[in-house]
Parts: sequence; structure tokens; C-alpha cells
Amino acid sequence: MNAVVRGRIFTPDTADRAAGLLLWASAAATVLILVYIIGTIAYRGIGVIDISFILDSPRMSGAEGGIFPAITGTLCLVAVAILTAGPVGVGAAVYLTEYAPDNAVTHIITFGVECLAGIPSIVIGLFGYAFLVVYLGFGFSILSGGLALMFMILPWTVRASEEAIKTVPGDLKEGSLALGATKWQTIRQVVIPNALPGITTGVILGTGKAIGETAVIMYTAGSSLLLPESIFEPVRALPYHLYILASEGISDEMAYGSAAVLLGMVLTINLTAVTIQRYFQARSGLRH
Amino acid sequence: MGAEDIEIESRNLNLWYGSAQALKDVSITIEKNRVTALIGPSGCGKSTFIRCINRMNDLIKGCRITGKVLFEGRNINEKDVDVVVLRKKIGMVFQKPNPFPMSIYDNIAYGPRIHGTQAKRELDEVVEDSLKAAALWDEVGGILDKPALDLSGGQQQRLCIARTLAVKPDVILFDEPCSALDPISTARIEDLINELKHDYTIIIVTHNMQQAARVSDHTAFFLLGEMIEFGETKQIFERPVEKSTENYITGRFG
Repeated sequence: MNAVVRGRIFTPDTADRAAGLLLWASAAATVLILVYIIGTIAYRGIGVIDISFILDSPRMSGAEGGIFPAITGTLCLVAVAILTAGPVGVGAAVYLTEYAPDNAVTHIITFGVECLAGIPSIVIGLFGYAFLVVYLGFGFSILSGGLALMFMILPWTVRASEEAIKTVPGDLKEGSLALGATKWQTIRQVVIPNALPGITTGVILGTGKAIGETAVIMYTAGSSLLLPESIFEPVRALPYHLYILASEGISDEMAYGSAAVLLGMVLTINLTAVTIQRYFQARSGLRH
Repeated sequence: MGAEDIEIESRNLNLWYGSAQALKDVSITIEKNRVTALIGPSGCGKSTFIRCINRMNDLIKGCRITGKVLFEGRNINEKDVDVVVLRKKIGMVFQKPNPFPMSIYDNIAYGPRIHGTQAKRELDEVVEDSLKAAALWDEVGGILDKPALDLSGGQQQRLCIARTLAVKPDVILFDEPCSALDPISTARIEDLINELKHDYTIIIVTHNMQQAARVSDHTAFFLLGEMIEFGETKQIFERPVEKSTENYITGRFG
């Protein structure tokens, strides 16, 4: 390479401008991709969305009618996942941050949480099928699907809760202990209430992940288009319904309509999480 | 000084953080209903020492203690001592005001509640008495439902004192209670300490020598983990026996 030529063409100033342009382009591309996806889905899906699409049951395998059972199915699955992942995740996080000694076993548990987060969802789906559906005999059901989703979002719940618990100031804990509170009283009355905003945000973001998950629930929740009457009955989740509509060529229109609804649900959830976080940040900002 | 006048006694207390020795053979006798000040430069072990009295060092990993701290005739370092009971009897006020992010009322009621008081009337009484004793009632009596964190720094520290009083301790440990406060708030806390010593035994760690001179009956001077000199405050400040005490008090180091 010729240093003189290089010096002339790429002066620090040009390099600076080029870098700025490239970085801007990367950021713009990211936003464009998002806008394009949302735009396409909304444009192609919005035509079929009306009250009856949301509130009716599908007819002719979903080629006509609505998607109410699939929306219900998704909400039921997510509810089971959150109600189980929440307490277990917070419990594990409290143990890891407050009780666990700094030793090899603790490191293995922490590493295990990370590994669980890295397991491909299809593998969790197969495990859920073998363990929940077959071995425990839960069958294709809301219970099996919800628990499989719980395996999926548990590591995120643990992580978010751990981070939230670590931000609780140590002097608050000391204040409680110095009054003669036990460790558990301190955790229950000082640590967890103060970590709750962070925990809530983490769980809601986990929900956003769970709601779009398809591979995990197709082997565990079933694909029934009937409204479930208990958690032991099968349901078809919205993303799986969408997958069937598209892959079996039942109706592209209906598939895009379902996709738009699903996207709307995910965006709503993420917005809720951000709003909660902002609210608590603003409040704590005022008081400290 | 008769045995009945002694509240706390440390005997040959040694403390290590990992391999670093923070306290060396500290023996000190704390009298009942007196204010004992612990002075000395940063890192001299004075805060470490008062944290031994309510076993707050238990929370620190790698902390090892030898020697005795006698309270009510028992060595509190023994394994079977109930730290919950100990900390109920020996309260602590920290350097930075640390009210809980809850209402003023709930802050004061926190201690009594965890120790089993549930009756509303009883709690109301404790809250009022504690706030009065901490000279805060006139300012917050009408706003007990307000968040404690809305109070000023000085008010927050008096709230923390009230919170400690609500548990009805025998001893109160103050760990540099005014270091984060303005002079007026500091003066109010000092007045309060003078009031409280009629009912409580007080140990105060302070960086401020004038403060030690103003509020305490006895003073202990710490240096590099050792207790160099201990005596009547007047004697320590006017006729120190040890050269290093004199150097510190006259501002030659620290």
C-alpha cells in the first residue's frame, strides 16, 4: 500500500465523514427493516381485521371467520408461563443474589441459567413433548404448552430479577437488619418491593418473547381450534395458527391478518414494559 | 465505676478482613447512660469497632473476629447468640440517612411490626412517641402518610433515629450520623443525642472532633486499628497522655 496515496485520499477528515456515514447507514438500515416488516404486515393484514375477525371462531380451517380461539389460546399459554416463571425466577434470583455462597456450585447454577437461555426453542419443544405431554401425561394442553414456555422464559426472568435485586441499595438492607429484622423479613419487606419494578419489566419482556414463540408450543399445546374449557385442554396459539394458515396454503390474507394481530400484541407488551420502567425511573429520580 | 454501670465491654478484640487486620487487641469499657465517642483518622477501625457491637460485620465476607464483646454478661461473638435479639437491643444509625422508600409512619412502624406488634393503636402510640423523642413530631406529625424520602436530609436522619427508638433498644450506635448533613441539622442531632443519653447508652463514631468534645462523656482515640487512648472527654482533649492523641487533636494529622 502506498502511504502517500493513502494519505491523500483518506485524510483523517474524510475517514471521519465516511465512518459517520456508514454508522448512520447501519442505524437507518435497522429502523428501515423494522418499518418495512411492520408496514408490510400492517398493509396486507389490516384489510381482514375487524371486530368479527378478533371475536369469531375460524370456519373452513381458518380460511374464513376469525381467530378468537387462537388469541385465547395464546393468552392462556402466556398466563401459565408467567404465573410459573415469575415466582420460580424471582425465587432463584433471590437465592443466587442473597443466599448462595460464592462457590463452585453457585457458579454452576449461574452457568446453567445461561445455558438454559441458549437452548434452541425447538429443542425445548421436543423436551416438553417427551416430558410434559408424554411422561407426565399432561397431553397436548395449555398446561404442557405453558410450562414449556416457562422453561423458555425462565432464564430471562432470573436474570432480570437478579439485576433488579442487585440495584437495591445495601444501606437499606443494613437499615432493616440493624432493626433486628431477619434476612427473610429484610428480603420480603425491603429487597423485593424495591426490586419489583425491575422484576416486572423483566417478566413483561419475557412475555413478549413467549407470545411469539411457535416451536415450543407446536409440540406441547396442540392445535385445537375449539375454545378451551380448562388448562388440560389443547389450544392452538396464534403464531402456530399463522404458521398453519401460511404453510398449508389455507389463506394468505388470513395469515397476514393474524400476523398483524400478533405483532400488535407484542408491541403493546413491549410498550407496557418501557412505560413501567420509565414511570419508576422518573419516580425514583424525583426522590433521591 | 461499679459493675452495674457497665453496658458493654470489649476484651482483646481483633478483627481481620481477609488477611488485613483492622482491629488490634481493642479493650474498652462503655458506661451505661453515657455518650462514648470514637475518634481517629479514616481507616483507623472506629467504624469497624462499632459494627462489632451489633454484629453487622457478619454480613461481610472474609471477616474474622477473635476476642470478646460482653453485653448483658455474655460474649456476643458466640455462635448461639441470637443476632435478631441483639440488634433489637442495640440499635444503629448510619452515616447516610437510609429511610425505607415507604411512608413516614411505615418507617417507624417497621421495627415494631417485624417484632410482632400488629395492633393499630399500639403502633400509633409507638410512632408518635418515637417521633417526639427524635424531635421530629412537630414537623411531620400531620404528614405521616407522606413518603419518607420527601423529607430533607436532616429530617431523614432524625426519622432514622426515631425508627431505631421505636424498637426500644438499650444502646444506640451512631456511625458518623452527621457527616452527610448541614451545620443546622448537625446541631439538632447533637441536641438530640444529649437528650437521648438520659435513657440510652450511646456510642458515636465521628470525624468531627468538636462534635466529640460537645456531645460525649468519654472519648476513645483509634489509630491504625489500635485503641491508643481512652478516658473522660475533657481529659482526652485537654491533657492527652499519648503523643499521637495530642497530634491528632491539635490537627497535626488526620
